Formats: sequence, structure tokens, C-alpha cells
Amino acid sequence: MRSEASWGLKAAALGGLLFLHLPILLIFLYAFTTEERTYQFPPPGLTTEWFAVAWNREDIWPPLYLSLKVAAISTALAMILGTLVAAAMARARFFGRDQISLLILLPIALPGVITGMSLRSAFGIMDIPFSTWTIVLGHATFCIVIVYNNAVARMRRLSGGIMEASADLGANAFQTFRYILLPNLGTALLAGGMLAFALSFDEVIVTTFTAGQQSTLPIWMLNELVRPRQRPVTNVIAIVVFAATFLPILIAYYLTRGGNDTAGMGK
Amino acid sequence: MTAILPPRGAADRLTGLFWRRPSLLLFLLITPPLLWLGVVYLGSLAALLLQSFYSIDEFSGVVKEEFTLKTYAELFRPQNLDIILRTLVMATIVTLTCAILAFPIAYYAARYAKGPWKAAFYLGVMLPLWSSYLVKVYAWKLILAKEGIIGWAAEGTGTGFIISGILSIPGLEGSSLSTSPFGTYLVFVYIWLPYMILPLQAALERVPTSMLEASADLGATRGQTFRTVILPLAMPGVIAGSIFTFSLTLGDYIIPQIVGDSSRFIGLAVYQLQGTAGNIPLAAAFAVVPILIMLVYLGLAKRAGAFDAL
Amino acid sequence: MTAAVTFQNVSRHFGPASAPVKAVDGVDLTIPEGSFFAMLGPSGSGKTTCLRLISGFEKPTSGQIRIFGEDVSNTPPHLRNVNTVFQDYALFPHLNVRDNVAYGLMVKGMARAARYARADEMLALVKLADYGDRKPAQLSGGQRQRVALARALVNEPRVLLLDEPLGALDLKLREAMQDELKALQHRLGLTFIFVTHDQHEALSMADHLAVFNDGKIAQIGTPQDIYDRPATRFVADFVGSSNVLPPALTRALGGPEEWASLRPEATRLAPTGPVTGRVTALRYLGSGTRVVIDAQGIDLAALVPSGHPVPAEGDITAIAFDPAALHLMGGT
Repeated sequence: MRSEASWGLKAAALGGLLFLHLPILLIFLYAFTTEERTYQFPPPGLTTEWFAVAWNREDIWPPLYLSLKVAAISTALAMILGTLVAAAMARARFFGRDQISLLILLPIALPGVITGMSLRSAFGIMDIPFSTWTIVLGHATFCIVIVYNNAVARMRRLSGGIMEASADLGANAFQTFRYILLPNLGTALLAGGMLAFALSFDEVIVTTFTAGQQSTLPIWMLNELVRPRQRPVTNVIAIVVFAATFLPILIAYYLTRGGNDTAGMGK
Repeated sequence: MTAILPPRGAADRLTGLFWRRPSLLLFLLITPPLLWLGVVYLGSLAALLLQSFYSIDEFSGVVKEEFTLKTYAELFRPQNLDIILRTLVMATIVTLTCAILAFPIAYYAARYAKGPWKAAFYLGVMLPLWSSYLVKVYAWKLILAKEGIIGWAAEGTGTGFIISGILSIPGLEGSSLSTSPFGTYLVFVYIWLPYMILPLQAALERVPTSMLEASADLGATRGQTFRTVILPLAMPGVIAGSIFTFSLTLGDYIIPQIVGDSSRFIGLAVYQLQGTAGNIPLAAAFAVVPILIMLVYLGLAKRAGAFDAL
Repeated sequence: MTAAVTFQNVSRHFGPASAPVKAVDGVDLTIPEGSFFAMLGPSGSGKTTCLRLISGFEKPTSGQIRIFGEDVSNTPPHLRNVNTVFQDYALFPHLNVRDNVAYGLMVKGMARAARYARADEMLALVKLADYGDRKPAQLSGGQRQRVALARALVNEPRVLLLDEPLGALDLKLREAMQDELKALQHRLGLTFIFVTHDQHEALSMADHLAVFNDGKIAQIGTPQDIYDRPATRFVADFVGSSNVLPPALTRALGGPEEWASLRPEATRLAPTGPVTGRVTALRYLGSGTRVVIDAQGIDLAALVPSGHPVPAEGDITAIAFDPAALHLMGGT
């Protein structure tokens, strides 16, 4: 067995990675193009004016606020609920444990269109009007599993003995939580929260079913894609949305690096 | 000093209570998330099922809240069967393509990448997986446009005939790749590829090097080792990855809306029926279709042992 | 002498009530105050579960446990004035050594300066005075073990529990730590209860020991008692590789028809005797040679001290012994 890969394998692997990354880089180039009506390549000229134009477009700010608001609330809810489930599941085996883990996974395992259509059906039956909270309901549901995965992976890595050691030394359950569990779980929870935020901020499939007439930034972008107005402005917003997802992922990666529980295995 | 310390306050007393009744703590921990998932998620799924058994009054357009199988019967109209079939075919070929493209990346990362390269490969797959879905789809709109980078490159290298060749194949017609079903297929493959790489890599990492050495030692060529050792052991990873690629393609409605000839897929049908058409019962019935398909698929995958690789 | 810990018919069962796994099964036990008490047994014999019943991490399915006379049925671990040195030490990875040691005092509300002073005292006691600022990950196995010890002792427990405390250390370090632990126990006058599967460790360190088998106590006594007068075949076999003689063989050797144990070091080789056998194995031990003889299908070990003639494999030889060394265990 050769310990060196063949050139063919190397080329295929590298080619695959390039295939994954080059299209994203193109977005950055297009944000500077002077061409407004088509996707002409190469761009006839480069300019930075679109950033200023995007900044002054008033229809962008409300969707941005709504997206941030929804992502913040959903992340907070998912962090609480996800941590609670993880804490419960890390304890002894109990009846129904497997069913619960399936239930947590389901919102992300089934296509988003099902989650979206289900919520839409429920709102219809119960006559619930669309609001920020109808969006949050959907987002928090599929963010729980992200936080849960991160927390559970870290708990598995922690030596179970340290919780007992804390009790043995005289700490009550709350002191053990504060002085032992939280410091050891902190970065994993933060990473989970980052990923949940990224996922929520970017989500469009479930959101279209739960937003009604409201517009989050991804919905705004989707509308621009279907009926383009100022293409380079859309390109600028694409960079913003991309950065809002890219940076949290990178941070989450560095927070959980060095273990088998590296963030993101469970999108 | 005595052997037993007195409780110092409510926190100590509660801790004692949790110690005496461990199920109480478990109950307190699990109840809020279970209520959320049970009420919000399962409740909604139940609402979806319920809606799918309602029907719409053809004249007034109002939902009739009476149990009927009429809506499900509508799924069997030729144009609706067409949608389901088209979606299934697309999901199948997208999954197969992803498996083929993912293999060298996963294999290289699992077997040869060391140290910083390993981390680079990991990030290299993880970042596209997590970064904005919509932006990625949008990037392909730019790439596939007639005046975009592919057209430019084809013109520059004199390979434009390949594109026009693809676009003249029956079923793949379009004025450019961006309006051809071939474009839809390309974007599906691009978006879901990382979901195939990760479980496949995990499965390959579990193949011990010594096993490959043993195979080579017993006189197998590289090709034989691949067919008889690596491929069977990688299969659970491929199946696990295919659950994602298959399921996600079944439900997606953004990609066919932005890239392609606007022929309808299940996801798009659901979206349009609940939105502009206002036919929520039929939309719900359509949404049940991927659930059923995935249940069958998961059942088959479970039998093939794919869940050990998740 | 007062009892530090007493078990009254204590059982701990796991799994469903219909088919329970009896980890601890009807144990009666009294551990005297100030003793160095060993719980010895093979893995799965219930010794660690007994330790966890004392610390409170397990609750008895039935029976009663008292610590210094007080019933602890309703006392959670954190309110028991008992501390544990865990098998894997369970040091807090995010805290430095000083904060690890001071943890018990911190959660009891002692001010920082005072608890750090006590922690440094304890670190000096375990000869780690300069290591307070390090993280556990920067310490060797032996050093971690000492930190775990200091972290437990700083709380001035009435009883110190040690769960295989030396298991992870190499031989040389283990022997050094055995002496140190013994000396420490003497100096502090505390009750030490330690769990081990190593009979040499138990015999050399403990002043009392309980041998566990299948969730029950096979024998309690001083090391001398247990070594010289094992109560059952299991104890004879487990504590110091004894020759266990079936009744027929005991009789052939001139004893009554009972099970008996005979220590290898009390067994000699002789040119003639009532029982002969073929030498099947030889092992040089430095201080002597261990000779295994196949006598009537039973392997008997004898210790030939250095300087005495050693037979070759395949030789036929008889065995002899001091009749006082033959310990009868009853049963036929």
C-alpha cells in the first residue's frame, strides 16, 4: 500500500474542493462590477459605488433588522432548549430516550418544505396571524438540534467523574452547574449558538411559509433573484449574508477544534 | 465535626431532593424542550396531515374542513404524477452524482490528508456546507447565465459547442444553462455535495489501514482492494449521505425557481399551491409525499446499516 | 473503638426488579475508626459499588448505611463529610492545581485568601508546593494523584475513600505512593477506605480488609488472618496464589478429607513423600524459583529458595510441608 496518493486522486480531490469554493468567490467579484443589467463576465469595469447605493437603499434595513431579531431570539431559545435536552440525555438511560433523539433530529432530517408547510397548516387551522413570532417558532425548532449536537458531543468528551467529584467536595447541584459544567460546556454552547444564529439568519425555505407578508433579508434577496431590480445591490447584500454565516462558522470551528466534536457535523 | 453537614439553604435542599428523586430532575430538564417539540413540531405535522384530508371548494376557493380522500386522489392526476416522478428522477441522479464526486475528496481526506491539510480539508467542506444557501444558489445564477463565466470560458476556448450540445438534448433544452434543467441539476449537485462528503469521510476513516495492507499483502491489486474492501465498507457512509442529498432534493423549491426551465418539482408545487393558488389541502397532500418517500428510504437505509455512520 | 462506617444487610441491585444484577448483595460490614481498610476483589465483585454507597453516588436498594453512627439514607453526597480520591482522579481540567485543591473550601464559602493558604499547605503536604499555578494537564500521573489526594484532604473529611488510587501508576511509583499513603494515614489518624484488585497492595497497606466476591463479602479480617487462614477456596485462590487442595489430595498428604490451602512458600520439594508429581513449569523469581508440579492432576506450586537445588522440567519429585502451614477450609 502506497502512503502517497496517486496524482489522479489528488487532482480529483483538489478539483472537488475548488468546485465547492470558486462559485462563492465569484460573488465578491460581482459586487464591484459596473454592469447593472446583466451578469456579464468578465465585468466591464470595477467600482465600489454599489456599497454606498446598498447602504442608502431604505428597503434593505427593515428586512435586516427582522433577520437579526429572529436569529437572536431563535438562537436564545434554541440554546436554552438544546442545553436542557442535552443535560437530560447525558444522564442515565431512560424510557423513550431513542424516540426523543429522533424527535430532535426530525426538523432537520425532513426537508424544510415539510416543516414550513406543517407550520403553515397549523397557523391556518388555528387562525394564527403571521408575525415575528411565527417565524421564530420555525427557526427555534430546527436550531435546537444544532445546539444539542454541540452540547452532547462536549458532554461525552468530559470526564463524567468531574461532576461527581464536585458533589463529593461539597458543591450542590447549582454550584456544580456554575463552577464545573458551565465553564467546560461554555465554548461548545457558544459554538452551537453561533451555528444556530448562522442557520437562522440565512434560512429561507421554512421562513417563506411562516413569514406571510414580512420580509427577512433572505426573502428580500429571493425576491430580487426572481425579479431583479439592481443586480449589483443584490450582490452586495449577498456578501453581507455570506459574511453573516461564514464568520460564525469559522468562530465555532475554532471554539471546538481539537476534539471529535468539532462543530457542524450535524447540519 | 460530624459526618453529616447540615443543608445551608434552598439550593442544598433542592440538591438533596434531586438526589433522592433523580426522575424529578430529569422531568424538569426534559419537559420544556419536549413540550416545544411536541406541541410546535409534532402538532404542526399533525396539522399538515389534517389539512391534507380537507379539500377545497372548486367554486368559492374556500377550504372545506371535512374529511375526504379527494385531495389525495388529485395527486394521481397526470400533471401531478409528473411532478412527483420528475422530482424522484432528479433526486436519484443528483444523489448518484454527489456520491461519485464526493468519493475522491472523502477518500483523500480520510486516508492521506495529515495535520494542517486534514484541518484544511475539513474546513474546506464545512464552510461551503454552512455558508449561506441562498448566496450559493445565487452564485450559480451568475455562473450559468449566458453572458456569465462559463459562456465566456467556452467562447475563449472554443468549446461552446459542448454547451450548445447539452442544450439541444431533448429534455434539457434552454436558451442557456441557467434556464435548462441541466443547470438545475448542476446546482443541486453543488449545494448538496458537502452533505455526501462528510458521512462518507467518516465511514472511510473507520476503515483500518491495516485492512488495506492485508488486502495488498494477499495479492490484491489496487483496483481489487478498492472493489472488494473499500467500497463495501464505504457503503454505509454513501447511504447515510444519500439520505441527506435525496431528502433535500425532494423538498427544495428555491433552486428550481431560480435556475432552470421552471418545470415544477414537489417543493415548488407545495410552495405555489399554498401561496398564489391558496389550495392549502393539496399543498399539504403534496408535502406528505416526501415524508412517505423518506420513510421508505430510511427503512431501507436502516436495513443497510447506514445509521452507524451518522 | 467506634465504627466509622457500618453496613447493615446492604444490597444494591441494578436493572429490572424481575431480573436484577446484584452488584452488592446483603453486605454486613463494620469499618473501625482510624483504620486503613481495604476492599479487595476481582472486577465486578461489588467493591467499588460499596465505596460509591458510602460516598452517596449509589443508593442502597435495601439495608442501612451509617457513617459515625448517623444514618445517611437521606443525605446527598455533597452533605456527607466524606471525600473521595477517584480512580481517574477527576481533576477539574479548567482550574489550576491550587483552585482544584481549594474547590471544596470555595463551595463552602471560605474567603479566597484563607482557602488559598489552606490549599498551599495541603500541596506542601503532598510535596507539590510549587505546582499551584499549573493546569492538571501539565502534570504527570503521580502528581495528579497527589493533587487529587490534597483536594480531598483539604476538606478534613472524617473518612477518605480511595478508588483504585494507584491503579494508573507504574510499579515503582506505585510502591513509593503506597508508603506515602500509609505514612499520611498514620500522621492524620483518619479512616482510609480503599478499593483495589491488587492483593499485594491490600495486604501490604491495610490493617483490615474485606475480600469481595459476587457482591458478597467472602471474608473480613486482618491481612495476616486472611493470608494464613482463608475462609473459602475463593479467598485462598485470590489472595496470594495459594495451592488449593481438594479433599482427596489433602487426605493423601496426611490431613483430614477436607478442602485445604497451602502457601507455595510453605511447600518444599523432597526426594520421597506420599504425593509425587512431574515438574511442569519453572519460573525464576530472583529470591527463589517457583516450581509447578502436576500432582494427581492438580497443579501445586512450591518455592525453592535460591541456593537450593532446582529440578528440571519433567523430573519426578515429591512434596513436603510444615503441617502447621496446611490450612483446612472444611467441606468435602
